[in-house]
Amino acid sequence: MKRMICLSLTAATALGLTACGGGSNPMSSGSGGGGNSSAAAGTLKVGAADFPESQLLAAIYAGALNAKGVKASTGDPIGAREVYLKALNDGSVDVVPEYAYSLLTFYDKSATQKDAQSVATALKAKLPAKLQILNPAQAQDANSVAVTKETATKWNLKTIADLAKQSDKVIFGAPPEFQKREQGLPGLKSAYNLAPKTFRPLKGNALVQALKNGQVNAANIFTTDPSIKSDGFVVLEDPKHVFGSDNVVPLITKAKATPQVQQVLNSVQGKLTTDNLAEMVKQVVVDKKDAGQVATTFLKDNGLA
Amino acid sequence: MNYALNHFPEILQRAGQHAWLAGVPLVLGLLIAVPVGWLARRFPKASPWLVGGSGLLYTIPSLALFILMPLILGTRILDPLNVIVAMTIYTLALLVRTVVDGLSAVPRDTVAAATAMGYSPVRRFLAVDLPLAVPVIAAGLRVAAVSNVAIVSVASLLGIPNLGFFLTDGYQNYDNGEIWTGIVSCLILALVFDLLIQLAERLLTPWQRVVHG
Amino acid sequence: MITSIWTWLTAPAQWSGAGGIPTRLWEHIWACLLVLVIAAAIAWPLGAWIAHAGRGRWLISVANAARAVPSLGLLFAVAMWMSGMFSGSTLAFTIPPTIVLVILAIPPLLAGAYAGVHEVDPAVRDAARGMGMTGGEVLRKVELPIALPLILSGLRSASLQVIATWTIAAVLSVGGLGRYLIDGLASADYAQMAGGAVLVAVLALLVDGMLALLQRLVVSPGLTGRRRRRARTGIPRATASRPTA
Repeated sequence: MKRMICLSLTAATALGLTACGGGSNPMSSGSGGGGNSSAAAGTLKVGAADFPESQLLAAIYAGALNAKGVKASTGDPIGAREVYLKALNDGSVDVVPEYAYSLLTFYDKSATQKDAQSVATALKAKLPAKLQILNPAQAQDANSVAVTKETATKWNLKTIADLAKQSDKVIFGAPPEFQKREQGLPGLKSAYNLAPKTFRPLKGNALVQALKNGQVNAANIFTTDPSIKSDGFVVLEDPKHVFGSDNVVPLITKAKATPQVQQVLNSVQGKLTTDNLAEMVKQVVVDKKDAGQVATTFLKDNGLA
Repeated sequence: MNYALNHFPEILQRAGQHAWLAGVPLVLGLLIAVPVGWLARRFPKASPWLVGGSGLLYTIPSLALFILMPLILGTRILDPLNVIVAMTIYTLALLVRTVVDGLSAVPRDTVAAATAMGYSPVRRFLAVDLPLAVPVIAAGLRVAAVSNVAIVSVASLLGIPNLGFFLTDGYQNYDNGEIWTGIVSCLILALVFDLLIQLAERLLTPWQRVVHG
Repeated sequence: MITSIWTWLTAPAQWSGAGGIPTRLWEHIWACLLVLVIAAAIAWPLGAWIAHAGRGRWLISVANAARAVPSLGLLFAVAMWMSGMFSGSTLAFTIPPTIVLVILAIPPLLAGAYAGVHEVDPAVRDAARGMGMTGGEVLRKVELPIALPLILSGLRSASLQVIATWTIAAVLSVGGLGRYLIDGLASADYAQMAGGAVLVAVLALLVDGMLALLQRLVVSPGLTGRRRRRARTGIPRATASRPTA
């Protein structure tokens, strides 16, 4: 019995200890984050989200900068937008590849801009003071709701609105953060009244596999994902523009955006097309090529390195 | 296998990070566990508190402990210090009991002889009790080392660089070769730790070699 | 920060619905119970048999060495390996982590059953045989009651292992308290992560405390002498280890 009392007292102490900790938000910053801690001072730290295309774009940016004599490094993928924007904010990273419309809806939930130009203009107005975007590329990679061909046929689906009619049968797969994002369940609910019966938090290739194997019947898949072609997924139309014009755009800390850095990254932006981006993603995801090598080849082929 | 061959420098770099996150806590844990174990032996009434209290800490699951660390330390979630401190707590939880067991196993006659030779309590502890407890402590340290190496990989879920990256990244890309590279690297690192501790034990207990011939 | 965690933990919305704490807690407990039942059904008879028959001791060593395998890696490897099976069924999400957890729970359960039965004094065993008991009777009436404290100690280690690893298994899209840790991480919501972490820690402490109490209650009065002998270092632990997750 004595031991039990002792145990519970220690438990109380341990929990009490927890209560005397710091008052700041541990997520507000990621010093040493993204594996970039080893980067030397003066090196531009290129961050990336935790999906292959973002890591590929980061490798391309860093490679282009290094080729033009600006020291740049990449690190481990950081996480979703919610996480890497914080890392950008506290200087753990200096620049990240972004997607114009997704980023805009992150800052302005009621955004309705459709074409790339007005999205970019609206985004510039909404960005926090210390951040800026460079030129949007012609390359687009939007979020989408995809289903298998069989599901599309069975339920006669063309648009997300058609899927919404089957809400009580929908098992929806998407990364965990999709549950709270405007470009996610909340947006799909308000635009189409889509309220899936079950939500399955899944990301990366596990999500593709789950859709392919029928363990989820609708999924949030990027439009550049090679699986759309290889597995014959059907991307549902999105007439209400929950997912808008997601042109690739570098998001950078103003303090680090020297004219040279801007010039180098903008020249990369000028060469990125939806097709060459999708092809590179396929090489990384399907052919299992190293993202760094794919990036180098791209830079050489386009006279950027 | 191809993955491992193509990424050898990266494996070494991450193994270094992993060894640091798992190894530093072993040293720190040992340095703290020895005086705590001595206290527990010296004051038997406090013993169940010290042993039980430290044992309680190891019931907290690692991912939860890593996440709660910033509250206690005021660190950021990506700070490797969170992992170092959490792993030190786990190591300590295991070693306090081991040190007490090891010290308890020192023959009374030996202790009495040392006292009769005029050793002060502190000198006797350092020169007689502690060396004789080395085999038991080393056994505990080996268990701690192996599980430390396994647990540190969990920290990769939070984005803290170590060998666990190959596990999370491999799953993201559905790359079997990468995942197995991560698993096997962890196993090899655990083996290296184990061998190093055995080596240190042999060096510290020359008399055992005579006994075992 | 503490305030926001408290707000998260006490918000009414957190206490109902599919993502609410009661549901997540129940999912966690149910999964862990299932895993433990399956693992015990395999490990206990096997451990008792090894100790009783004195054969197959290498199994214990193999099981112990298996602890060095990172559980996260095992979760991912098995999930990938099985991803094509169970087409069209959500079993695809629950089966792989369940299998991995059974594998991880077996070593401590096996070690506990083995050490417990192995520790039975040969003289006691001989006396029982001398009284005309069969092998099975010796196991049931003599060896198992004596072995119970160590068996339960193995169960304590195993349940901690399982509670901890099911938390991590949330990366494979299963329910349970781990959802708060993984989903909170994905959307940089520290209050949710830390709130979930507190719940996991409390669950682990409560389960361990309850099993410790059970361990005290079931020890046969005939074994009190043994309890006194053990008193110095507390309740015997079958395995000097902690969960590797």
